[in-house]
Amino acid sequence: MLTRRTALMGAAIAALMMTAPAIAETADELNLPREKVTLVAPPAVHPHDQATKSGPKIVEFKLTIREKEVVIDSAGTKFWAMTYDGSMPGPMMVLHEGDYMELTLVNPETNSMPHNIDLHSATGGLGGGALTKVNPGEQVKLRWKATRPGVFVYHCAPEGMIPWHVVSGMHGTVMVLPRDGLKDGAGRSLHYDKIYYIGENDLYVPKDENGKYKTYETLGESYADTTEVMRKLIPTHVVFNGSVGSLTGKNAMTAKVGETVLIVHSQANRDTRPHLIGGHGDYVWETGKFNNPPEKDLETWFVRGGSAGAALYTFREPGIYAYVNHNLIEAVELGAAAHFKVEGKWNDDLMKQVTPPSPVPPDKVGAADPVAVTR
Amino acid sequence: MLMLMKIKIAMLAGALAAPALATVLTPPTQVDPEGISRLAPASFSYRAAGDFSRSGKPVEGPLRRLGLPADLFVMKRQVTVAEYDRCVEEGACPRVGFQSGRRDVPIVGVSWHDASTYAAWISLKTGVTHRLPTDEEWTFAAAEKARDEALPVVDPADPAQAWIARYEAESNRSKPAETAPQPGGTFGTNSKGLDDLAGNIWEWTNTCFIRASLEGNREQVTNTNCGVRVVEGAHRAYMTDFVRDPKSGGCAAGVPPTNLGFRLIVERPGAAVADAFRKAVKLLRRA
Repeated sequence: MLTRRTALMGAAIAALMMTAPAIAETADELNLPREKVTLVAPPAVHPHDQATKSGPKIVEFKLTIREKEVVIDSAGTKFWAMTYDGSMPGPMMVLHEGDYMELTLVNPETNSMPHNIDLHSATGGLGGGALTKVNPGEQVKLRWKATRPGVFVYHCAPEGMIPWHVVSGMHGTVMVLPRDGLKDGAGRSLHYDKIYYIGENDLYVPKDENGKYKTYETLGESYADTTEVMRKLIPTHVVFNGSVGSLTGKNAMTAKVGETVLIVHSQANRDTRPHLIGGHGDYVWETGKFNNPPEKDLETWFVRGGSAGAALYTFREPGIYAYVNHNLIEAVELGAAAHFKVEGKWNDDLMKQVTPPSPVPPDKVGAADPVAVTR
Repeated sequence: MLMLMKIKIAMLAGALAAPALATVLTPPTQVDPEGISRLAPASFSYRAAGDFSRSGKPVEGPLRRLGLPADLFVMKRQVTVAEYDRCVEEGACPRVGFQSGRRDVPIVGVSWHDASTYAAWISLKTGVTHRLPTDEEWTFAAAEKARDEALPVVDPADPAQAWIARYEAESNRSKPAETAPQPGGTFGTNSKGLDDLAGNIWEWTNTCFIRASLEGNREQVTNTNCGVRVVEGAHRAYMTDFVRDPKSGGCAAGVPPTNLGFRLIVERPGAAVADAFRKAVKLLRRA
């Protein structure tokens, strides 16, 4: 069993072995304006400018790590999650190319494990992972410069147990916007009326000999069994935003006909293939990096494990849209499905039911026996 | 075996008692010690199951006043794991999953085929015809527990409005707090003395999915799909007959049936109650 004490000891040894560079108070040397951002839980994204005329600034963020038991499906299956700010995925953090992110990572005393953060958007230091390891009761401040525009995954990367932390929920996305905003590939500006951030998570929940999902007293106790399931590479759940059905029903995402929505989709561990049933991707940055021209009119886009992608779509027809991982087994059987509820006026030109379901005419192939039942 | 003999005796007792119960003055329900309830005829309101249209436009199924022509003998409780397992042990019923290890709780994770197989097996064992109820019979037996959920009908001329309203209505369905099967009686007894209707188990019926058009009081069935049967519980659902584990997900919204189980109707030996009932239903519809 992995106790808090042994975990802490491991961290202490690791810290001794790594002669960490002194973290100087560098903020003021830059002498740039500062902005403090309050983060919000996905699928929402904190307010931000899509383009900016002002010069670079230092954008301050704070992530608090929370280890907690969560329920991941409607059957009440419990699971020990590790999270940034309490949500799976962690919040999206938005800034502009040329800005600096100053990130405070807090590991409260109530947690049991050391954690850190590897930001794919950052350069050097294992994405920040080498400089951000914090034990329970510690916090760290990291500054990095946003040099490349795009959507990028961030995740926890503690030595020896990276995948466990990641598939337990410790991942999120940074969006670095070009200073002059998104472009269509021909230099024309693109805007969105709404943005939704969907973080997909493959989960590996151990089962007992009767096939029932196991529960554990502590996070540490779940480690060995969970790793065993992980090594077989077959997830028990594949979910959006932490649990099966988290973005459906009363929590379905919403839009109106004519509204343009930017859908950012991340998967920190495993490949996925988002698809909007009944819609398309008008402009899609499949690899998520805005210096590449977006692809147009996509039906399904591929998001590589360890990356985020972005799709821009203007809804043209009202109704319910399912947004799925188009490995439909993962969508329907394992949980990777969300819904959009879109209000507006139906457009017959785009679709019309010309004839409702009715019997195949008697003389045609496939007709039923000509017995009309009247009662 | 003991249980089966008891059912036989119970049925015999039921048959003997029948004449005395055939008047309006008798209490509506009698339960024998082995759990077959006898429901006296009474009129009830029934929303026809299936997809209906009038003048090419989708409409709710017609609401009808029906009456039972004779007593209905129905299990007070759902078929239990212990009961179903006897059929499995004799090699007649397939072993199904989703078992918690408890034997005193209703069997769940059964398809319409499994339930029908069990009914055929127990009929053979007892010499008394057991069968799944029709949706009409279930609704009658469920009484106040039957829910007439009038969901908005999606109009193909403007599918979105009703579709969204329907999505919202389905999303508002409450989930049972407990999903695992519970011992009989956990979800209460209805006014007809039957247990656990509309609890966390949905029950198979024999009623097939139909598509029908309405003209005045007449109904023309244009398609009957018996590969899809009506299941009844906290809300009505249509389920492919080989499904054992209902779920939503993907494009579907709302709360699906939590578990699939069943209870059976017992027909009195020699009495063609069901036939009479079906005939009567047809007569009533024309009225």
